[in-house]
Amino acid sequence: MRYLPLSEHDRGEMLAAVGVPDVGALFVDVPEAARLSGPIAGLPGHASEMAVERHMARLSAQSLTAGEVPFFLGAGAYRHHVPASVDHLIQRGEFLTAYTPYQPEIAQGTLQVLFEFQTQVARLFGTDVANASLYDGSTACWEAIAMAGRITRRNRAVLSGGLHPHYVGTAQTMARFTGDRLVTALPTLGAHADEDALIAAIDGETSCVLVQYPDVLGRVPDLARVAAAAQAKGALLVAVVTEPVALGLIESPGALGADIVVGEGQSLGVGLQFGGPYLGLFGCREKYVRQMPGRLCGETVDADGQRSFVLTLSTREQHIRREKATSNICTNSGLCALAFSIHMSLLGGEGLARMARASHLRAVQTAQALTRVPGVALVNETYVNEFAVTLPRPAADVVEALAQRRVLGGVALSRLLPGASDLANVLLVATSELTTDEDIATLVATLGEVLA
Amino acid sequence: MTALNPSGWRPEMGDAACAPEGAGATFTGNRALHLEEPLLFEIGRADHCGVDFDEVAGSPLAGLALRAAPVDLPGLSEPEAVRHYTRLSRQNYAIDLGLFPLGSCTMKHNPRLDEKVARMPGFADVHPLAPEGTVQGALKVIDELAHWLVELTGMASVAMTPKAGAHGELCGLLAIRAALDARGDKREVILVPESAHGTNPATAAFAGFKVEAIPATAAGRVDTAALIARLGPNVAGVMITNPNTCGLFESDLKTIADAVHAAGGYVYCDGANFNAIVGRVRPGDLGVDAMHINLHKTFSTPHGGGGPGAGPVVLSEALAPFAPLPFVKPGTDGVLHLIEEAQGAEMAPGAFGRMCAFHGQMGMFTRALAYILSHGADGLAQASGDAVLNANYVLRRLEHVLHAPFGATGPCMHEALFSDDGFAEGFSTLDLAKGLIDEGFHPMTVYFPLVVHGAMLVEPTETESKAGLDQFIAAMESLGQRARAGDAALKSAPHFAPRRRVDETRAARKPRLIWTPTEG
Amino acid sequence: MTRYFTADHEWIAVEGDTATVGITDYAQGQLGDITFVELPAEGAVLTKGDSASVVDSVKAASDVYAPVSGTVSALNTALEDAPELVNSAPEGEGWLWKMTLSDAAQLDGLMDEAAYAAHVAEL
Repeated sequence: MRYLPLSEHDRGEMLAAVGVPDVGALFVDVPEAARLSGPIAGLPGHASEMAVERHMARLSAQSLTAGEVPFFLGAGAYRHHVPASVDHLIQRGEFLTAYTPYQPEIAQGTLQVLFEFQTQVARLFGTDVANASLYDGSTACWEAIAMAGRITRRNRAVLSGGLHPHYVGTAQTMARFTGDRLVTALPTLGAHADEDALIAAIDGETSCVLVQYPDVLGRVPDLARVAAAAQAKGALLVAVVTEPVALGLIESPGALGADIVVGEGQSLGVGLQFGGPYLGLFGCREKYVRQMPGRLCGETVDADGQRSFVLTLSTREQHIRREKATSNICTNSGLCALAFSIHMSLLGGEGLARMARASHLRAVQTAQALTRVPGVALVNETYVNEFAVTLPRPAADVVEALAQRRVLGGVALSRLLPGASDLANVLLVATSELTTDEDIATLVATLGEVLA
Repeated sequence: MTALNPSGWRPEMGDAACAPEGAGATFTGNRALHLEEPLLFEIGRADHCGVDFDEVAGSPLAGLALRAAPVDLPGLSEPEAVRHYTRLSRQNYAIDLGLFPLGSCTMKHNPRLDEKVARMPGFADVHPLAPEGTVQGALKVIDELAHWLVELTGMASVAMTPKAGAHGELCGLLAIRAALDARGDKREVILVPESAHGTNPATAAFAGFKVEAIPATAAGRVDTAALIARLGPNVAGVMITNPNTCGLFESDLKTIADAVHAAGGYVYCDGANFNAIVGRVRPGDLGVDAMHINLHKTFSTPHGGGGPGAGPVVLSEALAPFAPLPFVKPGTDGVLHLIEEAQGAEMAPGAFGRMCAFHGQMGMFTRALAYILSHGADGLAQASGDAVLNANYVLRRLEHVLHAPFGATGPCMHEALFSDDGFAEGFSTLDLAKGLIDEGFHPMTVYFPLVVHGAMLVEPTETESKAGLDQFIAAMESLGQRARAGDAALKSAPHFAPRRRVDETRAARKPRLIWTPTEG
Repeated sequence: MTRYFTADHEWIAVEGDTATVGITDYAQGQLGDITFVELPAEGAVLTKGDSASVVDSVKAASDVYAPVSGTVSALNTALEDAPELVNSAPEGEGWLWKMTLSDAAQLDGLMDEAAYAAHVAEL
């Protein structure tokens, strides 16, 4: 078997050295009744690489891929151009098959990448510091709520109606068990994000206000206004960024007063991957650093005085604090953080600005073209690279009909909010620098057919 | 003879060709293939970019408030980026370089077929919210993997969405809470062996439970009598690792599980050490109600320098109704459906909600499925057998020079545990571990489990050859002898790694977590 | 000023109904380099035995328990920038917090210097 180096001869020698007649003797502590007498029945035996590849290729062929057809899906996962070198570099064995950098002397590669990554995220978000990543945007969002609770010693969090419903769902699940009170709302269909309603919900017991930026419909909320209102009541502003590419064009949340900024880094370097693994981003003010969850990489020196990097402030984490840890998180999303960092290094701030601008201009073209289709109306006054339109029919049916015509036209808001009947006709449409004139033309033509 | 090897060194040359005194330093600080690499912020420039974009016609929306200046981050051209990251990669130890004996981490070889398969476009280039009908192949991967995991563990169902082992633990405990809530039972206590990994009590506390520790016996197992005596109407259950953190099989697990069930509680099993028994023992046969599986341990998905992982949780009949949303379910028509909130209310009324956005670590599912299909049921049993054989070989070959606290009680499972008993005064496990770095190996897990003084937990895994193990054993024998003799050079080890021991105190007292321009 | 000690290696120096609390030299030696000290809130009401403060070293976080009940009246803010004071002067400049006692009788249950020294000798 190609992955198992021991030969029968090796096993014989080793068994002799151990002093047992066979491998079965090493399982003597397993109760007889629990020891299987042979390989598990009903499961196939081993297979060659060729056979496995054939099997998986057949499964792969049964999906319609984003690259084959006009593609306009967003809603928390975005398709951007990832330079070819990113995937090559992350597959270097020294990155791919390395472990968590607990032995800094032989992990400076991983550690320096994490330090660079933390700096990139902090600059992108406009925060003082950032951690070495969390699982994804939704769990990062919950961690921010928990952290705000620890800092303010309050347990009422106000979640804006523009927050991704999966993020709200995740927070609701966690809050059920921690006893945190969450105030939530459905998104409205106004041209702007509804800051008034949000601000009205903040009181003296509020730990934090969560605002997605841009929001789930692609609208760009006035973060500065919400920050001022939150801080006036002693609450923290948590900005949630599901599309970091947008920050190439609009101001960073930290610069607008956000105390904590969390997000999903998937759109840079990571790819769609049918939902995971993704990349949780987390930044905050310097004064809150000891309350941050997740791993942190810091700079120091070694015994020879050479600059070195090391995981630090570990006493917050579960392997030390056990019951009193800031969270139970063990892993960061290491390889995804590397991919993000490499992509971000290739771009630089100016490259990101060009990428964001191209994505935005494609959105403008698409919105203009779509609104020429009878019955289609644009919801947003502004957007970056994602916007919402209302259709004359339930968007879920339209999405299905478009898919049958080999067009992936967007995400029905009802997919994320199934109960809300007044949102049933809303379609979320996303674009990127990959969107072509043909894609837009095909989408518009096909939508016209479907709605006729 | 003289024509051969004209520029190399031959014994008759004596010391003539050896490096002169003080040749350690170079002008650049580099040492041949070992290259020092500055930070991105020290080499990148705002006007460098390694990505070209096509021109797009039009102007931004008039009403959109644009940022005043680009994000202040430098860029690199492609050649510079490739050099930067290639040089950084060479400062890492990795499985691809050598044995990585980290106990409880299962650092086995990462098959490259898995990387190829994960990148097939039908898995990699599909959006999680794409219409179901367009992603049947991807859903089938999840369904097939789920089937394997359920069969291998003998359980009723599996929750596929948790993003890592600790996340899976949380899922299991939240399912237990949900089950208790559903029957109106307010049990508050979870029993955890004192040898448990820190995530266990951290997770239990998060899920709202009070944690009580159960001591271990002299034989390194949980004290069954003490545990059973503690059961009662306020004990929600037990979190137990099997094989345990000392590398030993908890032989009483079925007895414990029966007692816990009789008392109305649930059994959570930490599956971090599943590699010892995969294909040979099914946790379901031992009475487990929930167990997370680390796909990045037993099922070889790459560690990637710290993640991502994946932690699906197999569940018993009792807990299956409480699994989180969303999940994949075959319809009557043979079509696979993703059951989310819309259908969840009807089809899974007991579900405790969703734990994260979307539906799971697809990139790890493809890799794990390729791994499982490659091994098959027979190969997996062979793998666990070799893993256990390798660990016992290491145990028996080293116990004359390193104290094995449970060596006399019987065989170990997939990992061998040693202590610092017998080391010279002032010499610690840390010193031995740093010495191991110089010998060309990553240190084993140290100071865990806490129940053994100066613990060293060695897990070779099944993908080590006998020759590789013999080399490791010889290095460990040398180090064990040096630690017992009190060799001072160990205290300043490592000497040959890219860095010497680092000042962790300084890093924690004055944290510098991002680069700032005032850096030298 | 009378100084008392606890089995958990806290010291408490009492003058009237005000006390200063810190950890002993033995404790700081066991903890290693101290990297951060989390102090109670000023005005916090402590019950004897509560975890009032946490002292972090690189690899561990140790609870410091209130030796007696009372209200926190002052904090050693110097520790914010110089946690190493707890290592260099644990029983002097490295004090943690001051408190007003609510039940002076609790002091009777604590050890004096000699008893504490004997306790440490047995560890």
